[in-house]
Amino acid sequence: MDNNNLRYDLKIIASWIEPGSRILGLGCGEGELLYYLKKEKNVTERGIEIKESKVAACIEKGLSVLQGDINEEVEDYPDDAFDYAICSQTLQQVYEPSRLIQSMMRVAKKGVVSFPNFGHYKVRLQLLLKGRAPVTKELPYEWYNTPNIRVLSFNDFGNFANSMGFKILKKAAINTKNNNQDGNMVNYLPNLFATYGMVLLGKEQI
Amino acid sequence: MSEYIDHDPSGATVGIIEKQYFTFAQPPDLLPLESGSSIGPVTVCYETCGTLNQDKSNVILVLHALSGDAHVAGYYHAQDPKPGWWDIMVGPGKAMDTDRYYIICSNILGSCMGSTGPSSVDPDTDKAFATDFPMITIGDMVQCQKALMDHLGIEKILCAIGGSVGGMQVLEWCVRYPEMIASAIPIATTTRHSALAIAFNEVARQAIMADPNWNQGHYYGKEKPDMGLAIARMIGHITYLSDEAMRLKFGRKLQNRSALSFEFGAEFQVESYLQYQGNKFIERFDANSFLYITKAADYFDLARDYGKGSLVKAFTKANTKFLVVSFTSDWLYPTYQSKEMVKAMKKNDLDVSFCEIDAQWGHDAFLLPNPRFSSLVKGFLKGACHGQ
Repeated sequence: MDNNNLRYDLKIIASWIEPGSRILGLGCGEGELLYYLKKEKNVTERGIEIKESKVAACIEKGLSVLQGDINEEVEDYPDDAFDYAICSQTLQQVYEPSRLIQSMMRVAKKGVVSFPNFGHYKVRLQLLLKGRAPVTKELPYEWYNTPNIRVLSFNDFGNFANSMGFKILKKAAINTKNNNQDGNMVNYLPNLFATYGMVLLGKEQI
Repeated sequence: MSEYIDHDPSGATVGIIEKQYFTFAQPPDLLPLESGSSIGPVTVCYETCGTLNQDKSNVILVLHALSGDAHVAGYYHAQDPKPGWWDIMVGPGKAMDTDRYYIICSNILGSCMGSTGPSSVDPDTDKAFATDFPMITIGDMVQCQKALMDHLGIEKILCAIGGSVGGMQVLEWCVRYPEMIASAIPIATTTRHSALAIAFNEVARQAIMADPNWNQGHYYGKEKPDMGLAIARMIGHITYLSDEAMRLKFGRKLQNRSALSFEFGAEFQVESYLQYQGNKFIERFDANSFLYITKAADYFDLARDYGKGSLVKAFTKANTKFLVVSFTSDWLYPTYQSKEMVKAMKKNDLDVSFCEIDAQWGHDAFLLPNPRFSSLVKGFLKGACHGQ
């Protein structure tokens, strides 16, 4: 897999990772990002994924991934065992996001979190004009079957990180297209125009 | 375990394989055992498949389960009706690809399939050891395998792999000789038996010892305790399957009849199956070996032996890349036991992958064809090679 096949949001995350680091991927799916980082940036990877078929796909790629619930499995690692803990497109599905972020920042020096931006104007308009729970390309589920139980916007996460005492070292708001393969940075009113947000967290208090 | 052996439908095979023997611990240099006694000379029966590369870096050590043997793959001769017990996994292009790896499998100490065990002749008396054979442990079996590696000049094992009691040996290797093991795949196994597992083993042992032919173990050259051993095997087979597996395989179906006959014959298919397995087992296995090996499995306790009761501490000795595999329907060594070892490995910052494979065939799932399991092992081995 070369850089061109990597999903656009994962490309941005990959660009934030120092070569040779130790990485923990929480909810790592089929390991696209971990595999890319291992090949291109020579990282030491660990992943946690709950779905058997996805875990198997990771192990078949030669990645070190274990099957389990991220909230439980993250607890077993020693403090600062990793340089980065990455939670990509999963936080919005977690029951206790603050506990998970605390655990991430305990086991790793830095955290990377990415999430769909529920502040996007299309989401807002659907609720405003149709009076219906929003369904978009990025958030394709109905209210009754969505795994996305935490509804947050780009700005929300910033406030949340601040309130937890973590420093935002980097952030990016992006707009994706072509099935998330391509995209662009959103600098103007990101909370309104970005489909996804991503943040690099550090431990120092602001 | 041989009841599953079948030809690989792919037709790929390692071909004709020869049994080999290695004898060591010649008196007075006996092999010291964990129980405090010692034994010698000790013979280890082993087989190899594939080709050892120049720097001896492509060795996979396969460790067999309770009733297995060194015959992991291939055939003994052209008319041999059955291949080795893991032929579906070992061969050209298979998960353990003999075009790339050199596979070694040896029969465990205490067994009856070529290595020294209670049915072997005691050089002091010229009679079978029987129950004068010393008690053995999983650690003692691993010591014998280490002696074989020394004999073959192998200093580094690319991967140690085994299921069930074979998985215990894998774990023992990783803490006893950590510098030798680059990667390890313990499958459907545990770091110590649960009370449930010990209970089943004890009932099986009692069945053998209650057989009048057992005669305190001294039955060689006379009538053997066949009934006891057959019942022991039947108990084993109940634990190797699962509620789901039995429901799918047998349900309440009747054997060769359309209605109940109200008699004590094997009316239900499940009864007939267990009797068949029991009767097949007595043809190839020694009752005393069964007693000794099940006892060794019951004694196995990685936390006690290497961590003063702490599994986390026990794994501080390991320095191995792990792939732990469990099966959803395994109720002999359920997934929670695999998760315990994974947890202890993680706390030691060990490189561990873990997958609970969705399989309905119970504990024995690792012996059955399973594309997911095969591709996991194949991918992990490839990764382990690159990591060297």
